[in-house]
Parts: sequence; C-alpha cells; structure tokens
Amino acid sequence: MMKHLRSIDELGHDGLVRLLDLTHHMVEVNRRPVPKVPALRGRTVVSLFFEDSTRTRLSFETAAKRLSADTMTFSVSTSSVNKGESLRDTVETISDMGIDAFVVRHKSTGVPWQISEWTNASVVNAGDGWHQHPTQALVDCFTVREALGKERFDGLTLTIVGDIMHSRVARSNIAAFSMLGARVVLVAPPTLLPPDMSHWPVEVSYRLDDVLERTDILYMLRLQSERMSQGHVPNLREYAETYGLDSARAAKLPLHAVLMHPGPMNRGVEMLIDPSLLSNSLIHKQVANGVAVRMAVLFDLLAGESSVANLAQAST
Amino acid sequence: MSNIVMSADDVRRAVTRIAHEILERQRGGSRLVLVGLQRGGAWLADAIGAAIDAIEPAARVPVGYIDVSMHRDDIGLRPVVPGAISRIDFAIDGVTVVLVDDVLYTGRTVRAALEGVNTYGRPRAVQLAVLVDRGHRELPIRPDYVGKNLPTHIDDDVRATADGVTVEGKPR
Repeated sequence: MMKHLRSIDELGHDGLVRLLDLTHHMVEVNRRPVPKVPALRGRTVVSLFFEDSTRTRLSFETAAKRLSADTMTFSVSTSSVNKGESLRDTVETISDMGIDAFVVRHKSTGVPWQISEWTNASVVNAGDGWHQHPTQALVDCFTVREALGKERFDGLTLTIVGDIMHSRVARSNIAAFSMLGARVVLVAPPTLLPPDMSHWPVEVSYRLDDVLERTDILYMLRLQSERMSQGHVPNLREYAETYGLDSARAAKLPLHAVLMHPGPMNRGVEMLIDPSLLSNSLIHKQVANGVAVRMAVLFDLLAGESSVANLAQAST
Repeated sequence: MSNIVMSADDVRRAVTRIAHEILERQRGGSRLVLVGLQRGGAWLADAIGAAIDAIEPAARVPVGYIDVSMHRDDIGLRPVVPGAISRIDFAIDGVTVVLVDDVLYTGRTVRAALEGVNTYGRPRAVQLAVLVDRGHRELPIRPDYVGKNLPTHIDDDVRATADGVTVEGKPR
C-alpha cells in the first residue's frame, strides 16, 4: 500500500515486486468475458495531461474504468489554463471536487511532487520532463517477466539504445531493471548521454555493434525529431546508420534476445526493419500489458485507505 | 488453546459425502462445475472434484478457482494474495456452479464470489458447498452442502485443511 507513485526509487524493490505480482491478477481480470471488477467503485481518478499522449492516457483511463472508478479528463487546450490559471489553482480546484487520484504528465521535472503538496489525493507520475515514467518501467519489467518466465533478472543484460539524456523512460527503466538484478548497458552518441552518470548502475558504450552479441533485452528509444534541430545529432540518416536497428544488427542478437520500444516508433530512424517481422518483438505486448499494470497501480494506491475510512465512519 | 473438531479422516468422509450429495442433487455430473474460492476453498474444490471423479468417472466435472479480492466490500483491509489468481478456463453459461469454500462465516466472501462469477457468464444455478459452517452470518446466505455445523464464538479462530479442522478460542 502506498500513497503516491512518482518514481521507481520511491517505490523501492518490494513495492516493485508487489505491483508486478498484482498485475498478474489484473491480466486475468482483463481476460474475462466481462473485464470489469467493482474494486474502486466510488473513487474518482483525474488525468491531468499537460503533454500529448496516446497510450499512457488511454491505458490509465481504461484501467480506472475496468476497476469501476469514475474518471475525469483534464485537457489543457479547453481549460482555464488558457485564461492564465496557475498549476496550483488548477490542482486545488479539481481537488475541491473530491477526487482520489491525479494521473499527471508535465514537461517539467518534479511537477508530481509539487502537486502532492497541494492535494490530499494520490499522485501518479505519468511522465515528468526527462525525469521519470514509473508506470512505463513497470510495464516493461512485467512484459519481460512474462516473456521470459523469470521473476528476477539476474544475469540478463538490458541494452538501452538512443536518446538517454532526454528520456524519462530510460531513467525509470535503469532503476527498475537494476533493482531486479539486470545489468544495464546504455548505447548512445556522447551528445545524447547525460554529462554525469557516475551514480547510475550502468555501463556505457558508443557503439551498438559492440554490445549486441551479449544483449538479452534490446530496448530502442525513440529519437525525438526536435533533437536534430538542437544539434545533438548531425542528421537522421547518420544516426540511423550508427544506432538504428536494421536486419544485419538484428541478426547479431542472440536467438533468445527480445526487442522492446516504448512507442511511438520512428520508422526509418531508430527502427529500420518492421519489428512485427521479428519473432522476439515484445512491442505489442508492452501496449497490451499497459492496462493491467496501471490497474495494479491504481488498485494499490486507492483500494485501501478510503474503504478503511468508510468502515470507520459506518461504525460510529 | 486449540481444539480439534474434525480429524483428517472426518474431513475425508465429509468430502466424500458432499460429493455424493452434489451428484444426487444434480442427477449425475453433467453440466456441473466446481469453483473453489482462493485460497481456502481451492484444495477443497480439488478434493471434492477428485471424489466426484472416483464416484462417477464419466461425469468429468471441471474444477476452477476464483480470487474474490477485487469484489470484496472490505477491499483493502485484506491484502491480495500473490499467486492466488482466478482460473476458470471453461464456460459457465447455463451450467450449475458449485462454489466451494473451507469455512462459511459472515457470508461476505461468498457474496463477493457470486458477483465475481457473473463476470465469467450466466450460470443456470449457483450452489454453495463448505466444509465448516461456523455461523455469525451478516448476509442472507445459506450453504447447500455442509461438512459440519460448528457453533463458535465470534472471536474464535477456525482453521480447516485436509489434515483436519481446529478451533482456537481467544482467552476471555
């Protein structure tokens, strides 16, 4: 039981394992002819997205609905933010309506922590700047756990390729996979790596070809096209040639190796082959598991406290 | 202090009798399924299923398990048990479902199971088999098949396994 899910470090090893275990229950719920349980009846979940999103927002909303919670969607473009309302006033206004959880995405690091100072509701970080995206890391760990049938990742090498510096997915996955025992290797041009990685439990390489043969999980990140105009890579073609996954590189991977990508994919940049042709691609499974993982997160955050409060009320 | 109220043999005999009663009431085992409530009812559902197999091998009664933690009204007070996942890999539309649990107490778990079963389909009928009925119902729920009626104090701790049933009283 936790109050907020803002980062993998805050969740910790035991919390991570608890949520992954709980996800198996949610996968079973999703397979039922009626994939809906009354667990969070009477709770309200608000998605507060200040950045665009397809899969994260939809999977959170689907997850809330499958657990019978009510959902509200805040969309910045039609809100009073356009009239100049501050983040704090927006959060406090929504809080006053009596809600149980905020699912927050914002371009600035730390916004979920800031919001939790202004509300009694639980806060789930659905991506803050370059910093953290904990539910994506949970999805990825669960997908690997299911695909390989292993609860611990000792002896496995996760290779994350691409724009590490600007990637919250990379930061959350480095923390989560190393908590479960995996060795993490980062592959990127120096311009797309953070200046100081001494506190990360990782190994760094500038050459993808050097590490493919000892990779068990190949994790390709999206190269955000706006990075090119900022001078981080000379041009997309050069990046694709050095760091893109083509069929020659795919052939260098061990036979058992699996391929992952958080989406949305840039075909022709980091992905030069059609991943659906690769038998070991887990990309579709990542999306499919997204709903179950987020059900586990919302259940863990919201199932407890309020019902205890209700029972206490009923007995007085 | 702990009292043994059923021995392993008593449990085995009760399981056999319940299996006979279920088959008698259904006139054979066709269109009949057993669903054990995770976790306490799972072993009992297996045991009753095995007993039915021994009596009427042709019946081929499928056994499944249901985790009711998502359907409880006191959700969050009890942790979800890892690994105790529902498994009902047969259709339940139009068949008789016998819910199986070890101890029947307030009836709240059974209420949750009734609701849970509905997410898998619409059975023709739902019945309830328990090894021990210890009383203190809080809902209008009644078992169809009972191993033993056991009057208890509300604070007693009742444990039922294949090795027997014990009651542990709180000192008062």
